[in-house]
Amino acid sequence: MNLISLIGAVEIGLVFALVALGVYISFRVLDFPDLTVDGSFPLGAAVAAAMISGGINPITGTLAAIVAGCLAGIVTAWLNIRFGILHLLAGILTMTALFSVNLRIMGRPNIPLMNQPTVIDLFAWLRPLVEASGLPGRPTLKVLALLIIVSVVGALLARFLTSEFGLAMRATGANPRMAQAQGIPTEMHTYIGVAMANGLVALAGALFAQTAGFADVTVGTGTAIAGLAAVILGETIFRTRSIVIGIFSCVFGAIAYRIAIALALNTGWLGLQSSDLNLVTAVLVAMALILPKVANPMRSLLKRSAT
Amino acid sequence: MISLSDVHVTFGRGTPLEHRALRGLDLTIPEGEFVTVIGSNGAGKSTLLNVLSGTARPERGSIIVDGTDVTRWSAPKRAKLIARVFQDPMAGTCERLSIEENMALAFSRGSVRRFGRALDASRRALFREKLSMLGLGLENRLSDSMGLLSGGQRQAVSLLMSTLTGMKILLLDEHTAALDPRTAAFVLDLTRRIVEEQKLTALMVTHSMRDALDHGTRTVMLHEGTIVFDIAGDQRKSLDVPDMLNLFRQARGDELSDDNLLLGMGAKQAAAVRAGKTASS
Repeated sequence: MNLISLIGAVEIGLVFALVALGVYISFRVLDFPDLTVDGSFPLGAAVAAAMISGGINPITGTLAAIVAGCLAGIVTAWLNIRFGILHLLAGILTMTALFSVNLRIMGRPNIPLMNQPTVIDLFAWLRPLVEASGLPGRPTLKVLALLIIVSVVGALLARFLTSEFGLAMRATGANPRMAQAQGIPTEMHTYIGVAMANGLVALAGALFAQTAGFADVTVGTGTAIAGLAAVILGETIFRTRSIVIGIFSCVFGAIAYRIAIALALNTGWLGLQSSDLNLVTAVLVAMALILPKVANPMRSLLKRSAT
Repeated sequence: MISLSDVHVTFGRGTPLEHRALRGLDLTIPEGEFVTVIGSNGAGKSTLLNVLSGTARPERGSIIVDGTDVTRWSAPKRAKLIARVFQDPMAGTCERLSIEENMALAFSRGSVRRFGRALDASRRALFREKLSMLGLGLENRLSDSMGLLSGGQRQAVSLLMSTLTGMKILLLDEHTAALDPRTAAFVLDLTRRIVEEQKLTALMVTHSMRDALDHGTRTVMLHEGTIVFDIAGDQRKSLDVPDMLNLFRQARGDELSDDNLLLGMGAKQAAAVRAGKTASS
């Protein structure tokens, strides 16, 4: 693997770190398996790309993408809470609807963003540093910019989840009955949590469009599973229940996962091509979910033979 | 003071499984009274607690707490006034969170949760001090996950959590039923201490007639959604478990057929009572 593809892997890893944080909020904090993210990722990309290519300031476009993602999350939470639709199905419904919504927003299936202003331009002050490092200019600048954004978002999220409000949200996911008995309005926390998760994923989508240079309605396929893969990988590396380390492990997991994927795709003898990405991801996540269950009987077998 | 008047609760209305859990229940509990509630399965004991805590809505009747009509209040809103300890030790705490996080959750009960840190040095000091009262050594395990604690330890922490804020009413839903006898005795003793020290109004649902008589200041028995007897004071002090069974028979005027009513006695004694003999141990 060459330097360019390594930097590329880190770049997409940082974008997916935001997806991982969103998935962490819904799947882990709230215990709400939310598949809306497959639609809110391209939604973020669509909103940002449509606005930027329409001449609107990229910061405004990115913020609008976050708001759109939050709204998508609220729709899913509303279907689940208000009408009792199973969370998985509610997410799939919103995701399905978003495919059409995204096409409407973009007006066509694909918007190129080459030579358009992006939020990365805000980090132009880092350019001397990048040049001094001797690394390839534009990709390195993107990585540094994303690193700063992800760090800020991660720190804010860690602060949020250790606040009284955030702790109440964690209790909502861990034991809703107890949470209610402690005076926590669990429905409100579910709405806000799912909205936040999708807002983060839409931010990832917006940044993806601006760093990759295009938005496409199909970029969302497998987002939830890719995010979950990053979360699981991070959890496997850092076995912890601490929130701060948990958030760090999501980011780390997302980057490590993308580097691993890049390595696999660059290894000729495996015969993998980039279109195999979703298959590899699904197999990896399935393995991660199966292994803890298989490992136990194996361990007890080993123990039995030892005694 | 708690006052329930003419409270009706029906589950599955209009279906073949329709169950009238409470049928015009009237109960007034003055401040500072510790009421034990007994009754067979399905008598409406848990529904009574659910109605008080707001997790079940009565279709008729009113619930007044300290002069405020709370009948239409949601469970989270009532949490300001009412704390509850569940039967299942897993239900009252979050096992995924640490001991101090669980306590922080309870500490903010009834106040608006904002973005201030849930834990800081002064809160940890307070939690440590409170936990040391239990004498279980938990004050040194603040950051341990709740899931690492035994059922009894979790119930003790649940009780402690319910007293962290200035609530006035404590609901105990067979909170010792899942514990071994020694731990149950410890938790019951802790309950008595807390209720006395904090001058709480308490309702304790129990399946054990022994516990119902030994604890609290008043005992009510529910049957088919109404109160069949209600005793306090000297009359209650002179009662024993067999007297309770007789009282129940008189009140209902029917044969005692439910073994659950005999809990608090051994199986042998229960058989003896059924055979019409005097229970001897």
